[in-house]
Amino acid sequence: MNQYRGIFTEGLWGNNVVFTQMLALCPLMAVTTTATNGLGMGLATTGVLLASNMLIAGCRNFITPDVRIPVFVLLIASLVTLADMAINAWLHELYKVLGLFIPLIVVNCAVLGRAEAFASKQPVQAAAVDGLAMGLGYTLALILIGGCREILGSATLFAHASLLLGDSFAFLETTLIPQYKGFLLMLLPPGGFLVLGFLLAGKRALERRAQQRKTRLAMNPNPAAGQTAAL
Amino acid sequence: MNLHLPSAPHTHAPDSVPRIMGLVLLAVAPTALYGLILFGWPALNLLLVTVLACLICEAACLSIAGRPVKPSLWDGSALLTGVLLAVSLPPWAPWWIGVLGGFFAIVISKQVFGGIGQNLFNPAMLARVALLVSFPVEMTTWIHPHPLFSSAAPGLLDSLAITFSGISDVDGVSGATILGHVRTQLGMNQTLGQILPEHYQSGIAALGWTGGSIGETAEWLALGGGVWLLWRRVITWQIPVAMIATVAVLAGGFHLLNPDRFADPGLHLLSGGLMLGAFFFATDPVTSPTTPIGQLVFGAGCGALVYIIRTWGGYPEGVAFAIVLMNAATPLIDHYIRPRIYGRTWGGQSRPVKRPPAGSGEAP
Repeated sequence: MNQYRGIFTEGLWGNNVVFTQMLALCPLMAVTTTATNGLGMGLATTGVLLASNMLIAGCRNFITPDVRIPVFVLLIASLVTLADMAINAWLHELYKVLGLFIPLIVVNCAVLGRAEAFASKQPVQAAAVDGLAMGLGYTLALILIGGCREILGSATLFAHASLLLGDSFAFLETTLIPQYKGFLLMLLPPGGFLVLGFLLAGKRALERRAQQRKTRLAMNPNPAAGQTAAL
Repeated sequence: MNLHLPSAPHTHAPDSVPRIMGLVLLAVAPTALYGLILFGWPALNLLLVTVLACLICEAACLSIAGRPVKPSLWDGSALLTGVLLAVSLPPWAPWWIGVLGGFFAIVISKQVFGGIGQNLFNPAMLARVALLVSFPVEMTTWIHPHPLFSSAAPGLLDSLAITFSGISDVDGVSGATILGHVRTQLGMNQTLGQILPEHYQSGIAALGWTGGSIGETAEWLALGGGVWLLWRRVITWQIPVAMIATVAVLAGGFHLLNPDRFADPGLHLLSGGLMLGAFFFATDPVTSPTTPIGQLVFGAGCGALVYIIRTWGGYPEGVAFAIVLMNAATPLIDHYIRPRIYGRTWGGQSRPVKRPPAGSGEAP
């Protein structure tokens, strides 16, 4: 259990797809004009990541190393196509909102990255936990960046969330400043890069502070004892 | 004590950052003052807000980065960035344009890259481009001249209202710049002959009695400041001359081809921010190439882009875009156009040694 918790926190924070691995930035820039879009893309990616990780971990003993990449690509592409068709068939309203994003998951390097780096070497349960955690970490990053861009760009948060999640989630839709004129740059591609850059810097600063605290404690767990030893 | 003297050549460098910044400030001062007189108190408010925002952002960034605040803050670079940004803004723009512009110039285009000397783009120009893309209405509200102490000019209190709560009667006090007017009318299939006589009296426009950014209307003052900078050897001639000449040649060529469609070189040189951009923004030593030939290429690229954007682009004026785009190309120019290594040919081989004449008595 403890091992799974480690995998989970790694995926969510320590080894976050966006903020640490810097993967999957292309769909990130494309869809994060609102937090809602980020949420939709993140959830769809999480589903595909979970399924592909489990499938590849299950097949890992039958795939020879020489052909593994083509096999991974085939498996992931089939999964994405399945997800695309399934959402189109049973959740057609959602498909109209997310339609563009679903096929984009195929070019998401995080999915192939996890298959190669984790799922091809680990048992199914661990791969499932990793896929879920990586997907949720990615969703978190997408919502954060989408939220920042949306607040700065149009002063709303989770606009059109009811279209994505159903009418019961309409309470998420907030307008922060009613007469906001809009800050177009944040909704254009430069805004995505700027917000990503500042959030990356923020994460680095947090981690450095935590590291400094750790080393200070390790160096000097008990100041009084240290002084006596020096004398 | 080991007083090891390194080998020659020894150079003295009297040019410190504060001195250069001070000289550039002096050079831009006449243009800025003219703009302040032409557009009155609101322009001064905007200038003060922008400069203050730049200084505060600089101090905040330096203290977050853990670097000494005082020396860098008082070297004048943030002050100069603020002034240069302000003179490129519409004179009656609201206060938050100045604040956001200062934030963009100092934090995003300068300190994020590592502070003074490390920036990829000219801070003031990048901030102007970001503002123009984000706030097209505020950034293209060109006020008619309202000279200070004239009856049309707003008083001190009115000016505070204009800067901090907006212009009440925008259409009554503003109009298109010459370049913008030409562009709109050309779009309505009029010929230049129909457009210009009613709008463009070359003498008055050249003297700067027209709408525009705070510092861009008086081309002759910007030109004078630039020539003074050349004389003081703060900048070199390559970039401004190449930039202005390219615009002039392109405008002249196309004007000869079709005078009804393409404006004459005089209009291109004497309106918009060409002189200001050529002498004060394109010559930024950090963001322009290091070699003289590279600087010629850079200037020509800026000029060509200015003409292309003005004539076929989406905006009537393109000096800021042209300079930012060529800033991005500067590392490429510096990669391909390198100075000749001292003592070697352009190909990199060592140059043949001139033998002293036989019998000069020198030991080999």
